Amino acid sequence: MTQLLPPIGAILPELVLAISAIVLILIGAVRGEGSANLVTGLAIAVLAAVGVLVLLQPAGEVTAFHGSLVVDAYGRFMKLLAVLGAVVSLIMAVDWQAREKQAKFEYAVLILIATLGMCMLISAGDLIALYLGLELMSLPLYVVAAINRDSVRSTEAGLKYFVLGSLSSGMLLYGASLIYGFTGSVNFLEIAAVAKEPTLGLIFGLVFLIAGMCFKVSAVPFHMWTPDVYEGAPTPVTAFFASAPKAAAMAIFVRVVIEAFPHVTHQWQQIVAFVSLASMVLGAFAAIGQRNIKRLLAYSSIGHMGFALVGLAAGTAEGVRGVLLYMAIYVVMTLGTFACVLTMRRKGQAVETIEDLAGLARRSPLMALMLGALMFSLAGIPPLAGFLAKYYVFVAAIQAGLYGLAVVGVLASVVGAFYYLRVVKIIYFDEPVDAFDPMPTELKAVLAVSGLFTIFYFVYPAPLIEAAGAAARSLF
Amino acid sequence: MTDWPILSVVTFLPLVGALFILVVRGDDEVSARNARWVALWTTLVTFVVSLLLLPGFDPAASGFQFVEKKAWLGELAAYHMGVDGISLPFVLLTTFLMPFCILASWESVHKRVKEYMIAFLVLETLMIGTFCALDLVLFYFFFEGGLIPMFLIIGIWGGQRRIYAAFKFFLYTLAGSVLMMLAIMAMYWQSGTTDVPTLLTHGFPSGMQTWLWLAFFASFAVKMPMWPVHTWLPDAHVEAPTAGSVILAGVLLKMGGYGFLRYSLPMFPEASHYFAPLVFTLSVVAIIYTSLVALVQEDIKKLIAYSSIAHMGFVTMGIFAMNEQGLQGAMFLMISHGFVSGALFLCVGVIYDRLHTREIAAYGGLVHRMPLYATVLMIFTMANVGLPGTSGFIGEFLTMLAAFERNTWIAFFAATGVILSAGYALWLYLRVVFGPLEKEKLKTMLDLSPREQAIMVPLVVITILFGVWPAPILNMTSHAVNAVVARTDQVAGAVKTALLLSF
Repeated sequence: MTQLLPPIGAILPELVLAISAIVLILIGAVRGEGSANLVTGLAIAVLAAVGVLVLLQPAGEVTAFHGSLVVDAYGRFMKLLAVLGAVVSLIMAVDWQAREKQAKFEYAVLILIATLGMCMLISAGDLIALYLGLELMSLPLYVVAAINRDSVRSTEAGLKYFVLGSLSSGMLLYGASLIYGFTGSVNFLEIAAVAKEPTLGLIFGLVFLIAGMCFKVSAVPFHMWTPDVYEGAPTPVTAFFASAPKAAAMAIFVRVVIEAFPHVTHQWQQIVAFVSLASMVLGAFAAIGQRNIKRLLAYSSIGHMGFALVGLAAGTAEGVRGVLLYMAIYVVMTLGTFACVLTMRRKGQAVETIEDLAGLARRSPLMALMLGALMFSLAGIPPLAGFLAKYYVFVAAIQAGLYGLAVVGVLASVVGAFYYLRVVKIIYFDEPVDAFDPMPTELKAVLAVSGLFTIFYFVYPAPLIEAAGAAARSLF
Repeated sequence: MTDWPILSVVTFLPLVGALFILVVRGDDEVSARNARWVALWTTLVTFVVSLLLLPGFDPAASGFQFVEKKAWLGELAAYHMGVDGISLPFVLLTTFLMPFCILASWESVHKRVKEYMIAFLVLETLMIGTFCALDLVLFYFFFEGGLIPMFLIIGIWGGQRRIYAAFKFFLYTLAGSVLMMLAIMAMYWQSGTTDVPTLLTHGFPSGMQTWLWLAFFASFAVKMPMWPVHTWLPDAHVEAPTAGSVILAGVLLKMGGYGFLRYSLPMFPEASHYFAPLVFTLSVVAIIYTSLVALVQEDIKKLIAYSSIAHMGFVTMGIFAMNEQGLQGAMFLMISHGFVSGALFLCVGVIYDRLHTREIAAYGGLVHRMPLYATVLMIFTMANVGLPGTSGFIGEFLTMLAAFERNTWIAFFAATGVILSAGYALWLYLRVVFGPLEKEKLKTMLDLSPREQAIMVPLVVITILFGVWPAPILNMTSHAVNAVVARTDQVAGAVKTALLLSF
């Protein structure tokens, strides 16, 4: 613990990410604009390698930098998820950028840096590391949201995200400083050791801290940026936003409240339960009116964060297991759905309303089958994966006695089922409109893997559930 | 007993057929023909395999048979299958009805035949699974999963207002079921398992039973459907294609009754006694109200749909009488209604395929052109009314007998319903079949084709056979039913003793 240099194995993935990001910038800078494909390819390879490195890390818990970074089963699980989201959304971006003539090497580098931020965020063991990780993740996100700088919508999305993101960072920082002031420490475990009583100052800080993190996971009432940014940002960027950063932000949200505030559980439980409830209800009702598929998915993701937070509201190891499983299944489903959204272009022009999917089942039956399954899964209908995700969070909520939250939650899921069903209806029941342009191979692969996972996950669910369970236990 | 997993085979065999249809390629015409034949053979083979359950099944044995158990969701749930006298008849009913559904869709479904057959086969797997599952989570999986193919069947191959009907069906059922899901979770934390045989003997605290019972009731009452949450059924029935209506009336509605028998009664006996008056009231209202509504219908399918709701009223009444006659009668009525209402929808399908309307007023005098059809329809109409000698009689009689034992007034009102049902059914028959043959279009209508005869004959045989010789079904169910009755009686006795002791 007191050694000056951290064990290199613990921070190897982060090191690799940081060094490769720098090297890739140099390659891009030296070789100029034409290097986008090379840099993107290398970035994909690096992310895949980082995923392998995370997998190969030995079991057990290692801390580095005097407890600032914690590498445990929990962190590894969520890092894998974040890296998965990053690498898949980067793969999905390749074809899109080529078609929109938006191939820029900076994009891949920014994704790498954001992923580095996520890994640090997930492993953060104190408030300083949390803030550093969060900002390292967020700054590249602001930039990639506006990466299509000639488009008004894209720049507007970037700016909106930046302004609101900064505000939330400020709140988070304010909360962190209050907590430091009242406990005398920034380390999660030391805070936990001191904060045995819910004093007013501590609660005040906790509220601000949670507000900052709610912004990042786009939970109500800090969700306002989500639909605009999802709609405005280029679609591959939206796919990225919907997957990796959500997983990372959720990871630190869970870690900080569980590790640093185990003695004031009752206090943060109330906040999380409210946020979760509001997200589920708002996500369900607000999505009904949406015609733009990206906005629809934005509200859908707000709702899903609400469902995931149900597990956290339980505040138990079972609950955290539910959150982990939910996030894993959610990330896979989201990536598959965005593979379909990215395919939605006619005569080279991207189309974004749900009516454009009309009669998809007649034009491309397999894509329709996969997208239909994903929609039913997002709605949480058995036997699809999304049902098991919901089951595990609600079972934890029931155990914790949160009956009201659970009842409202499942009823919100019925309301939510309506708009997912409407997409199915458009795909299967409506008369076909013109066909989409052919689907690029990599999108086909992503959709196939995601769809098959969603459909057949129930056959052999045990490994993922066990991994999530082990990861959750490492927090307690 | 057999050493191969026969229940899993029966359950998942249709899925194999569905996969086969999915991978076979070819142009539309060829693949449609292939799909029809593969689906027919799959359902036939499934039926034959399910018949193999009969020789190995011992109706006198207590507990579940053909049990299979495998690890599945870790500590939360296991893959646990098995049948007893309550579930086996439903399994056989499902496998029996499926070939007829495929045959009934042979010519009436033209578009997207491949998808249609896949949806039906997947639905068959989910339905059989629902009846075989011996783990609550597994049960919920099958129970809810059935919504997806049925939603597609109504929505893609349905009539004019199919989208409205599909959404209504899906959302109503889902809203009822999610509460049951929460109840299942609560039961898990209270008892430490979702294993059905264990839970059947587990005594839940009384206060908790009330809530659990209500949650299960929300799901089963919608599925059944009971008044006043029945409104999705007429819409779904009217809009669904013929085979969809058959399955809906024949099997899906029975899941509600099965749920009451399998879960609500033995797991929450105290709550069941407590809520029995409520169920009786709703049942009687359903019987009389929906019969009256059926009287004024102008759409043949809607009329049969309302008559289904009335019959399900008899079923719930019988179940909550909680004596042997009631439960036996409810079981028998459900099975009988399964093929009688299915047959009625098939009969409607026959004339709908010819004239493409379900308006009663569009028909009349069919007996002159279609004597065979008129005969067949008469048999099923009589069975629907509950005429002695048809299978419909036994069930209605037993449930009323049971209700009479509990409360004379309930039996009285239910009996009124029988008269009303004779009224609407016979009047329907009169308007469609008798009278002068005046309408031009009807004058060229052909009688039953060989394919249609092949569908009708087995159904007629079984309707009359079970009408005069109900023993096979009653013997099969009696032991399991008596176990449920004993369980509820025991609690009723315990409650009485506790009351006496408290004085």
